[in-house]
Amino acid sequence: MSGTFVGMPVFPTAAREALGNAQLRHNLAHATGTIRGKRSRLVEEVTDSITGDSGWEDLRLAGAGVKEAALLGLERELLRLEETLTANGATVHWAQDAAEANRIVTGIARRHGVDEVVKVKSMVTQEIGLNEALAAEGIAAWETDLAELIVQLGDDLPSHILVPAIHRNRAEVREIFLRAMKEVGRPAPEDLTDEPAVLAAAAREHLREKFLRAKVGVSGANFAVAETGTLVVVESEGNGRMCLTLPEVLVSVVGIEKVVSQWEDLDPLLRLLPRSSTGERMNPYTSTWSGVTPGDGPQEVHVVLLDNGRTNALADRTGRQALRCIRCSACLNVCPVYERTGGHAYGSVYPGPIGAILNPLLKGIGTDEQVDSLPYASSLCGACFEACPVRIDIPSVLVDQRAQVVDARRGHGVKSLGSGHAAEAIAFKGAAVALSDARKLGFGERFTRVGLGAARRLGSLPVLSKWAGARDLPPAPPESFRSWWERTDGGRSEGEGR
Amino acid sequence: MRVALMVTCINDALYPGTGQAVVRLLRRLGVKVDFPAAQTCCAQPMVNTGYLDEAVPVVRTFVDAFSGYDAIVTPSGSCAGSARHQHGLVARRSGDPGLERAVAEVSPRVYELSEFLVDVLGVTDVGAYFPHTVTYHPTCHSLRMLGVGDRPRLLLESVRGLTLLDLPGADQCCGFGGTFAVKNADTSVAMGTDKVRHVQETGAEVLVAGDNSCLTHIGGLMSRQRAGVRTVHLAEILASTEGAVLGVPTTAGARR
Ligand code: SF4
Repeated sequence: MSGTFVGMPVFPTAAREALGNAQLRHNLAHATGTIRGKRSRLVEEVTDSITGDSGWEDLRLAGAGVKEAALLGLERELLRLEETLTANGATVHWAQDAAEANRIVTGIARRHGVDEVVKVKSMVTQEIGLNEALAAEGIAAWETDLAELIVQLGDDLPSHILVPAIHRNRAEVREIFLRAMKEVGRPAPEDLTDEPAVLAAAAREHLREKFLRAKVGVSGANFAVAETGTLVVVESEGNGRMCLTLPEVLVSVVGIEKVVSQWEDLDPLLRLLPRSSTGERMNPYTSTWSGVTPGDGPQEVHVVLLDNGRTNALADRTGRQALRCIRCSACLNVCPVYERTGGHAYGSVYPGPIGAILNPLLKGIGTDEQVDSLPYASSLCGACFEACPVRIDIPSVLVDQRAQVVDARRGHGVKSLGSGHAAEAIAFKGAAVALSDARKLGFGERFTRVGLGAARRLGSLPVLSKWAGARDLPPAPPESFRSWWERTDGGRSEGEGR
Repeated sequence: MRVALMVTCINDALYPGTGQAVVRLLRRLGVKVDFPAAQTCCAQPMVNTGYLDEAVPVVRTFVDAFSGYDAIVTPSGSCAGSARHQHGLVARRSGDPGLERAVAEVSPRVYELSEFLVDVLGVTDVGAYFPHTVTYHPTCHSLRMLGVGDRPRLLLESVRGLTLLDLPGADQCCGFGGTFAVKNADTSVAMGTDKVRHVQETGAEVLVAGDNSCLTHIGGLMSRQRAGVRTVHLAEILASTEGAVLGVPTTAGARR
């Protein structure tokens, strides 16, 4: 029902369209501003119990540490996870890519003869396009997270990791519910208002019959503990718990980077995550399950361990730290670019700063122009790194990936990826020559004034017209600093100051 | 102490007044300052756009020009950040151990102006006079890459005659971001427009920052929008004494 991101335009093009949507910008500025405020209050509150200083940095280091340790021993931890899960009565599957994972999940659903499944909100199943794959087999996948339901009923795309419908306001939600609920189940009440509580109640009624009917539940996992064979889902609404406990069969698709070594590792992560994501001290529901418990909950449990580009990401020295991501969305909420463009412009279920580096890591650089445009979708202001609870240095990864984009083009020839890149490459080569020798620079600078004047008149230079579309250029100075220094002997022959 | 001025390519070509201000200011404080003529650029435009090979000769020029100095002072948080945090990366990429050693030697000695004044010289009152209402934009690289913290504010608060007004959303990026400003021009302008609105909300006459590149972007928008606020680099305020008139009036009809 909801769409896919296939065929999205490059970031600048998608961004331009989004920027033209005043309602979207208003919704986003309001929503991200609110979450930012809540987050920073709760981050400040974390104090060191001994020194009384801020303990947030220590907590970040601890969180980054446990994820990093698990990634370093990934193979070992995954094998251990397989062992403990199996011992707990779960069936473990390994999936190399999206197609394989989708085949496994649809196969399980088909074996049970169902034509519908209920779903806990899950990034990874969106990444692999599971809903579409199930639909192709005649199986409907019902999203049960409120925001995800809004996206699905609106035939829309998610635009935020935590709040996929962040781009919608409540009037729009009301309209979507009235229009679409009746087509797929219990209709919305006719007197539906746009009060959040009323909207939530309508969603609850609509979802209830699906929860009670469904035989198969599908989830992701926020964490997977190798030591105990435990999967963990954190959520705010309780719908997740319904999906995890009511159906007879549970299938969890888990990215291999979700594994942590031991139970204690959850401690820093479960403190970092809610503060960073929803601005809460603790998330309302934390569900953990370890395989099958006779007579309680699903009696058939499957876990699909998914790679889909993750081992490639692990091989990227600078980029691998992105696999520490706990999908809290703090980086989205502080990102000035995301705040203006919204999530759709990134062309992926992973938008914002983490999306800008994760998509190139998972999909590879140098083959797709949309993917290659993402590392440039940042002003490198560094707010994302500052906010990230597991200290992913997103700006450094962005710069490294830009170098990979440029290098890929050096190898592949620039033609296939657009002529703009060829012009840019030539310009930077020229700049490198001029800037590696001050004499050449000084010579060029004599023409600065002339150059600037001419540029203003020309304006048609692609780079300049992009600058000058909304911004004036500064007036050209009469002489460069360099020639002032020479002419006045470093200002000494000019008298005291101005 | 041997002190070098790293003027930066943008200041050299477009804002010579900023470099001159640093020279006047440091002399007033009794610092003898050199301008190594071999210097060009910090290589940041190349590094941040992904042209690391092209950055190698530029970084080499940088270390050749500045090695042997005890301190290298620059009126740009962004370029100081580039020298301190990116030159090592470029040097490693070059595969030239000599360049790596030279970078390791030079880059920790690069100071952004406010760091040099407060940390190295130990002054916050530089004896300046600037009788205007001013609001301060902490540029992202000063704020996050270097962590200059409240040093610029301490310096500004000690300027006689100056009234410092709080800028709402001060820590939000102005949208310049080097080549981001043209590669993602629409987003850049949207970010800058919000910054301009916040500047206007303060009612200040002057917007000050420690980076002329950000000021070129914000000032270029303010000029086009006839916002009636001028931009002045921190160095020029700190250098100013009684009677000085500073800054680029942003409605100066630069659009011919
Ligand atoms: S990159 Fe960091 S801030 Fe962004 S979603 Fe992941 S964990 Fe959160």
